[in-house]
Amino acid sequence: MTRYRISDDDLRFVEEFRRTPVGYHSPGLQRVLNVLRGGPEAGKYVLVCTKPYREWVLGQLPGERGRPVRLLRDHVFTDRREAEWAVFRLRWQEATGRALDP
Amino acid sequence: MLKITGYADRVSVAPGGTIRFMVSCDDLPEYRAELRRIVCGDENPDGPGYRDEHIPCAAEGTYPGRRQEIHAGSYGIVPANRALAALETFTIAMMAWPTTPARSVQGLLSIRCAATGTRLALQLDGDDGLVLDLRTNDTAFRTCTGTALQRRQWTLVGVALDRAAGTVRLVQKPLHAGAGVEAIEVGESLPIGDGPMFDEGTVLFGAVHAASGLPERHYNGKIDSPRIVTGTLNAAEMRVAIESPAALGSRVAAAWDFALGIDSDHIRDRSPNRLDGHLVNLPARAVTGYRWTGEAHDWRHRPDHYGAVHFHDDDLYDAGWETDFALTVPDALPSGVYAMRCHAGEHEAFITFCVRPPRGRTTARAAFLMPTASYMAYGNNRLALDCSATEIGMGRLIELTDMHLFLQEHPEYGLSLYETHGDGSGVMYSSRLRPLVDFAPKVRNVLGGTGSGLWQFNADTHILAWLEHVDEPFDVITDEDLHAEGLALIRDYGVIVTGTHPEYYSTAMLDALQAYTDRGGRLMYLGGNGFYWRIAWHADRPGAIELRRAEDGIRPWACEPGEYHHAFTGELGGLWRRQERSPNRLVGVGMTSQGFDISSPFHRTRASHDPRAAFIFEGVDDEIVGDFGLSGGAAAGLEIDRADVELGTPPHALVLASSRCHTDVYLQTPEDMLDPTPDMSGTQSELIRADMVFFETANGGGVFSTSSIAWAGSLSHAGYDNNVARISTNVLRRFVDPAPLRARGQQAPSGG
Repeated sequence: MTRYRISDDDLRFVEEFRRTPVGYHSPGLQRVLNVLRGGPEAGKYVLVCTKPYREWVLGQLPGERGRPVRLLRDHVFTDRREAEWAVFRLRWQEATGRALDP
Repeated sequence: MLKITGYADRVSVAPGGTIRFMVSCDDLPEYRAELRRIVCGDENPDGPGYRDEHIPCAAEGTYPGRRQEIHAGSYGIVPANRALAALETFTIAMMAWPTTPARSVQGLLSIRCAATGTRLALQLDGDDGLVLDLRTNDTAFRTCTGTALQRRQWTLVGVALDRAAGTVRLVQKPLHAGAGVEAIEVGESLPIGDGPMFDEGTVLFGAVHAASGLPERHYNGKIDSPRIVTGTLNAAEMRVAIESPAALGSRVAAAWDFALGIDSDHIRDRSPNRLDGHLVNLPARAVTGYRWTGEAHDWRHRPDHYGAVHFHDDDLYDAGWETDFALTVPDALPSGVYAMRCHAGEHEAFITFCVRPPRGRTTARAAFLMPTASYMAYGNNRLALDCSATEIGMGRLIELTDMHLFLQEHPEYGLSLYETHGDGSGVMYSSRLRPLVDFAPKVRNVLGGTGSGLWQFNADTHILAWLEHVDEPFDVITDEDLHAEGLALIRDYGVIVTGTHPEYYSTAMLDALQAYTDRGGRLMYLGGNGFYWRIAWHADRPGAIELRRAEDGIRPWACEPGEYHHAFTGELGGLWRRQERSPNRLVGVGMTSQGFDISSPFHRTRASHDPRAAFIFEGVDDEIVGDFGLSGGAAAGLEIDRADVELGTPPHALVLASSRCHTDVYLQTPEDMLDPTPDMSGTQSELIRADMVFFETANGGGVFSTSSIAWAGSLSHAGYDNNVARISTNVLRRFVDPAPLRARGQQAPSGG
């Protein structure tokens, strides 16, 4: 692994993300997001819209053409900011093994 | 999940013309079809509201639903020919460059005779390597080399059959160093009786004949110089047959030369048998063959270096569906954007098309130039599905809709110019003779920024809705019309209004627009990253475009070395900027950056107070323009352009306003990034800005450029009572006014 790995040093960017999940970010948060939002196609978290502009469920890409997107129907969002925060936490835990407080 | 999909046989139709619609329904016994005039395709509750208009027409009605299939995969076919009837003891040989050699059965060459029931297929089959698969009515024979071919390496492959001796020899020999298998001999087991193998044979390249005779088991990779020769040849002799078939004299039964007719879909046999054929589903031509040395880069200079065809199992040109119904456009139907809405219960599909004005006439002073080539380039794109980095560029989570779920499960609907084929090679062709599920109102796509999330056609409906709102009559014409008819199509318009992202331009299209502004026409470029890539249209196959992502530019894939010239035309592909035709020359600005999270407002410059620009800012006192909108929340964003005199912006052009300090998901383009340094992102680079530009052209014409895809998303704010709409409308009204526009020092044309 030659790429930057998220560590406890990055905890200082968590609140910044929570306040502003989309838009201008400090260089440190941008680096964290580049790691969390990149990664392999297979298993990547996406939002699947269930009601236009109003409701989404979490999904995971299969990473291969022809196979269906996996829907995680127990993760339902009515606010995209909340979805950003929920996925940020999921990815953070997967990247560091450590859970963030909700 | 989409249950109805469809397409039309044309994208633009004049009154009196007939347009045919092909529809597929999944488990729906019937559907209704009705004509809709599209006004605004945005369903965002924060937007101007979805709006279309029901237009009664003769085609309206209920039609039976049926499922129509798409058979993707390219191949070559030579029709049934008696020349193969005499084959008794013979050799088939060619050069192959497989791109997915690990996969199971892929046909290189297949000969089938319906009368005798014989089918001979030379194919690849993973670790079995080269395979001969021979079937007759009552027997099946298969033998293989047992060694997989190397990926992306030219390899001589061949089979020699001796019916008298009952032997088969397979040859698999890399052109360059590498593991090869030569002369696998299989003796006394060839299960062929005494009768003729082939009464007449149909030949397929890049596929195997199914029992039905149709192609299946498509091949991924290139084939060069396939031969059929009487007698059994060893590897060295096969090489001679490929290299210089004339040396084998009358023993040559077929010597296909794919370097002939590269700009067409014809394939030619140089042997006296003339086993000519054609290619189906647009496999790639003008690709390097095994003879390519790196010396020639234009196939027209050394066609012999380009004797290969690259087949893909996911190529698609024409879905070939049966027609469900047709519409003859009534003479009284005004020019506009229309869609045939096909619906059943909660399911619906819009098949979008343009009704152009009657040929040889204009019916309004203004025309909306629908960028249908760019719709095709993006058509059915899988940027949300295939590309992990999309989320980084969006700066937020990817949002999928039913359309994406459908595309994910239906790769046979074909790819966009943003994808790579299943074998990793870039997609160089797109066609509209298949359902383009994103060429429709109500569609959302991931690149549209926060807010409505619209892209290409549906984003362009923000412009249609604005034109409607300001009650400016307008014709609608398409890229395809412009390419075919050139200046004559647009000469008489007072103003041409572009879409939000007219990125893909053929030479004829660009020539026409340049000639138009040079002759006093007015162009409103209400978009970003326009006029960026050169494309080519196929001369004989309607609705097909070609793109070579050559040299640089923002590219989801890169052309292979030696393959920068279009097959359709021979023209050098790539950025117009590289070919002395930068977008700056036409519209004063050119692509400078992209980011798909949030947009930024424009800040007016001192030049905006120049008297030449007074008409533009009439009634606008604000210094900040467009700090609102449905495409990223402001008017400058998504893809943005800058003025640059060095790149061709006319020196007298006024930069009226610029955006500043975009987010750091915006980066400089590769063509501006000669020596990458970590200050080339949105908050740090001076180059990353949208420049709103106005300049007068010769003969009283003018150009106004917003340089931003997001601009159109700001038009409807506050019921169209805002500075973006005001500026746009000011320009529109002045541009439809025939009074000449003159810069200081510009003279009226002499004698005029």
